[in-house]
Amino acid sequence: MATSEHTSKQFEADLEGIRSHVLQMGGLVEAQLGAAIDGLASGADEPISRVIDNERRVNGNEKEIDDAIVHVVARRQPAASDLRLIMGVSKIVTDLERIGDEAEKIARMARQIYGRGALSIPRSIDVRQTGEKASMMLRRVLDAMARLDTAEAERIIAEDKLIDTEFRAIVRQLITFMMEDPRTISTALDIMWAAKAIERIGDHAKNIAEQVIYIANGTDVRHGGSASETEKDAP
Amino acid sequence: MVTNLQERPAQHAATQIKAEVRNLNFYYGEFKSLKSVSMSLEERKVTALIGPSGCGKSTLLRCFNRMHDLYPGNRYEGEINLKPDDVNILSKDVDPIEVRMRIGMVFQKPNPFPKSIYENVAYGLRVRGVKSRARIDEQVEQALRDAALWEEAKNRLDDLAFNLSGGQQQRLCIARALAADPEIVLFDEPTSALDPIATASIEELISSLKKKVTILIVTHNMQQAARVSDYTAYMYLGELIEFGETDAIFVKPKRKETEDYITGRFG
Repeated sequence: MATSEHTSKQFEADLEGIRSHVLQMGGLVEAQLGAAIDGLASGADEPISRVIDNERRVNGNEKEIDDAIVHVVARRQPAASDLRLIMGVSKIVTDLERIGDEAEKIARMARQIYGRGALSIPRSIDVRQTGEKASMMLRRVLDAMARLDTAEAERIIAEDKLIDTEFRAIVRQLITFMMEDPRTISTALDIMWAAKAIERIGDHAKNIAEQVIYIANGTDVRHGGSASETEKDAP
Repeated sequence: MVTNLQERPAQHAATQIKAEVRNLNFYYGEFKSLKSVSMSLEERKVTALIGPSGCGKSTLLRCFNRMHDLYPGNRYEGEINLKPDDVNILSKDVDPIEVRMRIGMVFQKPNPFPKSIYENVAYGLRVRGVKSRARIDEQVEQALRDAALWEEAKNRLDDLAFNLSGGQQQRLCIARALAADPEIVLFDEPTSALDPIATASIEELISSLKKKVTILIVTHNMQQAARVSDYTAYMYLGELIEFGETDAIFVKPKRKETEDYITGRFG
């Protein structure tokens, strides 16, 4: 990000406001995910209820930031790095909101799983571990966003594959349980949904990392692509 | 020989250079106002010059029609080669009047002659030696049509040009420039004296004119450069800092100086 300040202090303040609001939303979503994983591992009611209650706050943040973005575009017509920041942030906010949704899903699954009483399968098997990985990924991508650290963003993009691999391992494990004892099917399916939610969170963290790279240097790395090759130089 | 703008054949394939600036230095007396500027204008594209006041963008624009010749002590070094015949229009051997026949100019403030609408446009044709009244009538209409003024002016061609609104006067000046059938039209902040609606119609006109002529425009309004141009050159203190596709300059400039100016971090 350019180090010098805008001549317009108000523009500077508007952009800074959006930037810090997104980081704040990121912090909230991170806490939601942490509590959801905690609830899934322990079955404790407090974190689970907290996640479900706070989901509205996540949604509210998304609307507020989108609104601020519309205003900056209408009034300032941002260009270059400012434009990339605004475009990138507007996509990041969507990913954060979806991570919030997934966290809520995990919390609801946890409530269902623990509401069923005695079970013959470990309730959290490897899900907790994978969840913590996704949670760490989210924390790191928020950090990378705050510092516009493209090297870290690239590492995060590469790590998404690990979560995908772990998800497939969990599925195989759950299938084994279900085949051995059909009474575990309901719970196994709930665990599967929670694991799927975690796997999606990894995807969203990866999307955010891609936007961090775009904001920092204008390169579009989505869908495994490198920067667009249509760029043309002066005649 | 005057040919209709619309009839001008497409002489070249997709991208062709219309003019090439090479190592151009310009001095107002002792003061060096342009420092080794090199860039090309692509044919039938709009190239915008942007930069803070005093950066040399208007000075560069005015080199294209030898306006600086009007004042003693001004000095050019380097070349502006006009294609396809490769004439260095800055050369002392080239008559500035000849240059201005090929390169028209539209100024910041509309400056119609104190004559009728018709005569304003016909003037350029008479200078070119067109005598036939029928021919002039035809060309005046064509130029006014090309400048998107015909519908508004056709029933009042004998009115004094000053009776037109500011935006219409500016379009009249564009028609006057077009009547001489130029290869390049220079615009020096053509909308800075106009309201937003008149500005939009001039911008619209610029976009349609590039089908026929090559355009070089100086503007203080960065968003205007973003809206109308294909290429943008950012100048600062007499130097060309960055020159590239407008899309690239406004999304992903290569130089930090350009970035700072475009995002309003200048100063």
